[in-house]
Amino acid sequence: MQYDVVVIGAGVIGTMITRELSKLDMKTVLLEKCGDVAMGSSKANSAIVHAGFDAENGTLKAKLNVEGASLMEYYCNKLAVPYKNIGSLVVAYSQEEMTTLEVLYDRGVKNGVPDMEIIGQEKLREMEPHIGDEALGALWAPTAGIVSPYELTIAAAENAVVNGAEIRRNSGVFDIEYKDGMFYVSTSTGVIKAKYVINCAGVFADKIANMIGDTSFNIIPRKGEYYLLDKIENKFVNHVLFQCPSAMGKGILVTPTAHGNVLLGPTATDLDFDSKLDVETTSAGLDEIKASVKRVIPQITTRNAITSFAGLRAHVVDGKHDFIIEPSKANDRFINVAGIESPGLTAAPAIARYVGEMFGKMAPEYEKKAEFISTRPEPIKMAELSPEERAEVVKKDPRYGRIICRCEGITEGEIIDAIKAPCGARDIDAVKRRTRAGMGRCQGGFCGSKVLEILARELDVPMNEITKYGNGSKILYDKTK
Amino acid sequence: MLKYDLVVIGGGPAGMAAALKARECGVQKIIILERAATLGGILEQCIHTGFGLHYFGEELSGPEYAYRFIEELKKTDIEVKVDTMVTDILPDNVIVATNNTDGVMQIQATAIILAMGCRERPRGALDMPGSRAAGVMTAGTAQKYVNIDGYMPGKKIVILGSGDIGLIMARRMTLEGAKVEMVCELMPYSGGLTRNIVQCLDDMGIPLKLSCTVVKTHGLERLEGVTIANVDENRRPIPGTEQYVECDTLLLSVGLIPENELTRMAGIVIDPITSGAIVDEYRQTSRPGIFACGNVLQVHDLVDYVTQESQIAGEGAAKYILSGGKNNEYAENTIRVKAESGVRYVVPQNINRSTDKDVKIYFRVADVYKDTSVVVTCGDEVIYKRKKRKLAPGEMENVAIKLDDIAKLSENEITVKLEV
Repeated sequence: MQYDVVVIGAGVIGTMITRELSKLDMKTVLLEKCGDVAMGSSKANSAIVHAGFDAENGTLKAKLNVEGASLMEYYCNKLAVPYKNIGSLVVAYSQEEMTTLEVLYDRGVKNGVPDMEIIGQEKLREMEPHIGDEALGALWAPTAGIVSPYELTIAAAENAVVNGAEIRRNSGVFDIEYKDGMFYVSTSTGVIKAKYVINCAGVFADKIANMIGDTSFNIIPRKGEYYLLDKIENKFVNHVLFQCPSAMGKGILVTPTAHGNVLLGPTATDLDFDSKLDVETTSAGLDEIKASVKRVIPQITTRNAITSFAGLRAHVVDGKHDFIIEPSKANDRFINVAGIESPGLTAAPAIARYVGEMFGKMAPEYEKKAEFISTRPEPIKMAELSPEERAEVVKKDPRYGRIICRCEGITEGEIIDAIKAPCGARDIDAVKRRTRAGMGRCQGGFCGSKVLEILARELDVPMNEITKYGNGSKILYDKTK
Repeated sequence: MLKYDLVVIGGGPAGMAAALKARECGVQKIIILERAATLGGILEQCIHTGFGLHYFGEELSGPEYAYRFIEELKKTDIEVKVDTMVTDILPDNVIVATNNTDGVMQIQATAIILAMGCRERPRGALDMPGSRAAGVMTAGTAQKYVNIDGYMPGKKIVILGSGDIGLIMARRMTLEGAKVEMVCELMPYSGGLTRNIVQCLDDMGIPLKLSCTVVKTHGLERLEGVTIANVDENRRPIPGTEQYVECDTLLLSVGLIPENELTRMAGIVIDPITSGAIVDEYRQTSRPGIFACGNVLQVHDLVDYVTQESQIAGEGAAKYILSGGKNNEYAENTIRVKAESGVRYVVPQNINRSTDKDVKIYFRVADVYKDTSVVVTCGDEVIYKRKKRKLAPGEMENVAIKLDDIAKLSENEITVKLEV
């Protein structure tokens, strides 16, 4: 199988870059080791669009963060992805922290963040009536927002496929050889030949780079644990609420999500090189979140938690605290897009453009396609329609009248759409990320078995071949006696 | 818009009994809206026996119990729509429902009976750290896979929580050839019925570990094991007592939550303890003409009691409809029923002083009590007192208050409590 470009890793960075490259008249393939896109950090992060005052002045991170924040709404509109421009507040609890706000403000101004403001206690209380008593003031950044990160990833993947890119899931890369101007990428589903490689492998980007002899960076996973709360907790928080940053990150945040839940987290724990699959939550981590949130919004408790989860930041050891986005010193046809920890999600649209331009200079032989489809059709979301609109849809296709997920009001028609989509769902969690079936307060207790049935029927496989999230995550064993 | 005298939301045991009773009391146009493909609710997957001992005086399986009501319904012209989900209750008792044949319907009801049942508490509500591997599911989900779909969801099982569904599934999985390693219960006593402990655990040789919980799940893709630990009197894991148990499946039977999303949407007042509506003796909620019964009102141990409660609601709805939608004069004529010292909650929470028959007050206790009296007082006056050999949170209790006593009450508040 021969391609012009291989992109490795179908997180938000890999899929957005693949979509960008699908504008060019060439053969592009995106390889993903898991059963779906968005299976790593892209599905387990803070889902925040950062305004851009955190990154050090003059870094690539600062530039791409601010650019990404300004592009996000445009891309989310194009790709029909939930996004809300709710703004963020960094809350200070001491005079010392008030001073930190000024540092952040100055840094933000230099990074080009627009319209920031340091606000006092009174204004803060007006904006966040439930904020804890100790809060003295905050840094207000109106360009910040919230986005559904896995839906951005899925949407970019779908749009890339529509524009001719290929996505091979369950295709982990275990070796890369370069000879006679061609990469030979060995995957669990065969050898892929390509002229260029773009390494977007997240926490594994160092291992992929090592395969071509590039040992210039090492990545450790920095674990962050989260709680996702029921929508009934949403009444207590209006904006993204950060605490003052420390050396380990931006501290525990409290924020609404694009779907109206509340997200608490992340913690920050450095793991060793061999723990790149460790997304277990820990009692210490969960306790830390609970303790920390009390200060921010005392009314919010984890009593109405829907789930807790952990994600991994791709942290470059002894690095310059910057993204690594450049051709490898070991091979100039191999671009590393590595160390994309926060604000990687925010920067994703800008990173895609940046890499697209870099690739254009590296490989000027590829022309732009005459026709590039830049938008993704909006999926039907029955729960968001009025009764009259719902009636219209059901009239055309009765499957939209059969509600499968009670908590979120998701119908059979929507689940089938998710399965039939380009780069469609193949497992229970993939349906959940695309439709929200199973994302509600019963966590799939009722609909899980029905979704499993629909998947088996639509994919024409026995029920016990359907998994929770690919590979060995099987749900059912043999038939009963 | 469609018009009905009575719309019953939910076609499980509660909805069916309520609809039949309302018909018996003379209500004409009745419809049951059921979200599943069949009537019967959760009974359909409860193929074990033990149903009907109180109500029918014989031991039936779940589907058999449901079948008796389905057959009764067939003899009437009560309409039934299955695969139909109610999405909204609008003001003036207008219901919005959807299915794949009628599309989206709006139904004007004179009265509504809420009978949506309950759901199981999922893992997310438990604060259980560890991996997100497949193989962690509620006992009821496993029950559906085994009894309805005919697939085994695991081979080596640990069950967390000794609720009745967990106990039933311990036996069921064993009979299907799985090895059930243990049932862990956080509390120092089981939340299930004694008869289920005996028949499902003791008889099957499955250990019940009390004051014990799962503190971590292990496994990258499919569950590989769990870490269990003993807990102290505050239900906190005791360091040093951790023990690894190899298993591919963790079943959760850690409580049931009444499904009151519609109830809340309708602005009905909810009791924070039962998580069901606050009701009067005919199970009328804070919204006139809307009644609630069965597990959506309070989680029951026995379907027989669900049936009895639903008949009360059916009768109440009939009275409301046949009197032309007359609102019971709530406020001044209402006797509040309070739960105190050892009694966790009571249902009904309100009684109309002008009610027309004896009222049974259902309640649960907060802990296991021996040789304790159940007492009902009104001010200084004791209007009911009976000694009980044993009271446990897993078994719902009731006291009957005589009609004569209700009329004579000196104050507008009575209290149900325990006295050693």
